[in-house]
Amino acid sequence: MTTSSEVYKEPEKKIGNVVLEVRDLRTYLYTKWGVTKAVDGLNFEVREGETLGIVGESGCGKSMTALSMLRLAPKPAARTVSGQIILDGEDILQRPEPEMRFIRGQKISMILQDPMTSLNPVYSIGNQMVEALGMYYQGEDNKGLKGRAVDILRKMGVAAPERRIIDYPHQMSGGMKQRVVGAMAISGTPRVLICDEPTTALDVTIQAQYLRLLKQVQADTGVSIIFITHDMGVVAKMCDRVAVMYAGKIVEQGELRSVFNNPSHPYTKALMASVPSMEHAHVEKLYSIEGQPPALFDLPVGCRFANRCEFADAKCLEAYPPMFQDEDGHTADCWRLEGQWKKVAEATT
Amino acid sequence: MQRYILIRLIQSVFTLIGVSIIVFSLARLSGNPLDVLLPDEADDETFERISELWGLNDPWYIQYFTFVKNASRGEFGPSFKWQGRTAMELVFLHLPATLQLAGFSILVSVVLAVPIGVMSAVKKGTLLDTVGKLIALLGQSLPSFWLAIVMIWIFAVKLGWFPTSGRGGFDHMILPGIALGWFSVASFMRLTRSSMLNVLDSEYIKLARIKGLPEWKVIWKHGLKNAAIPPLTVFGAIVVGQMTGSVTIETVFAWPGIGLLALQAVNARDYQVIQAVTMFISVLFIGMNLLIDILYAYIDPRVRFT
Repeated sequence: MTTSSEVYKEPEKKIGNVVLEVRDLRTYLYTKWGVTKAVDGLNFEVREGETLGIVGESGCGKSMTALSMLRLAPKPAARTVSGQIILDGEDILQRPEPEMRFIRGQKISMILQDPMTSLNPVYSIGNQMVEALGMYYQGEDNKGLKGRAVDILRKMGVAAPERRIIDYPHQMSGGMKQRVVGAMAISGTPRVLICDEPTTALDVTIQAQYLRLLKQVQADTGVSIIFITHDMGVVAKMCDRVAVMYAGKIVEQGELRSVFNNPSHPYTKALMASVPSMEHAHVEKLYSIEGQPPALFDLPVGCRFANRCEFADAKCLEAYPPMFQDEDGHTADCWRLEGQWKKVAEATT
Repeated sequence: MQRYILIRLIQSVFTLIGVSIIVFSLARLSGNPLDVLLPDEADDETFERISELWGLNDPWYIQYFTFVKNASRGEFGPSFKWQGRTAMELVFLHLPATLQLAGFSILVSVVLAVPIGVMSAVKKGTLLDTVGKLIALLGQSLPSFWLAIVMIWIFAVKLGWFPTSGRGGFDHMILPGIALGWFSVASFMRLTRSSMLNVLDSEYIKLARIKGLPEWKVIWKHGLKNAAIPPLTVFGAIVVGQMTGSVTIETVFAWPGIGLLALQAVNARDYQVIQAVTMFISVLFIGMNLLIDILYAYIDPRVRFT
């Protein structure tokens, strides 16, 4: 942990090969009101040691995407109907369910949003960590597993972990609990760590510390992080690449710098405009996007953002726009890019 | 933890005092026992003599203190109805029969209700859940005395599978056990199910799955211990309810337990026995609740440390 007098130094980044590749992932929820297309044809990839941000407003399908990657979307309503999730060259959607136990925690892990509710109140921290470690390191005795738990807690910035390990969740602060949740998530040395709004429920000062910890863990272990958030500020701090999600689809994706400097989808632009900034401190009213996103069980044929988009015309309502790509690999689904960027996927109706 | 238990113990003592006042006054509200016990032709002199002998002429507070003093030693005086026996003797004489029946039906309740409740929550909306709901619905809506009579008619009279009444071997326990236990199976099962549903929805269950724990461990370790708290609360009431609520069942099946004793004592206005039975059951109830409170602390660390 750094104190305010020390200068915080960014840990060095080493980005390697592609670890996780998601192709045309679709997770639909079958409810009595109809089929809700929460995740509707996502494509993205994450490299070793890289952080991909998935940004979007509430209800756009971010969390469902995260759960789908662990095959834990709430059954029986949710079903992943198509797609591939290729982890280290193998599609985990093809694996039988019993084998998923060895993928969860050890290949893909996840930090949940609310530390106050994500730890089991009736078991001690040590118990909850050791039970998982016991699966990751089979055959190791209890003492060894406890030692590992203490080491990992220390790595996540828990002070005096050998004493805290007998504590119960209610004896810890929110920030401390989230560190414990983080420690659990990395205890199986996963290749991919999904962070679903891990700092939303924390105090602002604790947030910054937590993000630094995650970066340090990434630098030490080379874990790939998928960072789900609605906070553009956090994205700017954490991510190497960013995918903007709207109504179940990724509408824009690219290198952080490229997306931030040149937002090309009107939704991304609007999202950027609604971030409060120091430069525009004199502005009296914060920009907000008019209207509501479409209901996921009643999606329009055309562009899903059309009803809120100031540039929308007849074409936008007729067909979902093709995906366009610039020379840096930055992609966006918007008709307005036709002729400017290279078309990489066809329009759909 | 010790402090928590000590506080609960002290609270129990106060509850006990309250109960003793109620028991004492309730018995006196039903009228003078001598009106029932003495033959109609008894003269005033005899009436007066016996009143004096049994302390019925003393002021109520003297009677109360005598009652408390004796009760704390387990002495409730001789029975009016069953000459030559003390009230407490009668309670202990009938206790084994009640314990046997209640124990059997509690065991069956728990063994049935907990797994069915948990599995109905896990497999919500499936056939298993529907069957569970049906069992619960019937158990909660059928009056136990009616169930008892119908079961006797079908299984004892028509089919002749079980004896109609009385205490004897294991086969004597089946019908009264079901009649007595079905209701508690129902309430216990429903509570376990709804409590489990809440728990299964929680983030820590999600986290347990994310860690890669096998499903049985997610449900029976992480789920059940949290879900057990509300059913545990009613468990205490169920246990005692099985003993006291068996008044009707014991009557229908002529089961020689405390319930039957209480009923006969009430009919004869046998003060001492009524008081002995009521106090005994109250102590049982209070003790049971104390035990449940301690169990809470064992299950939930948030109770233990406050």
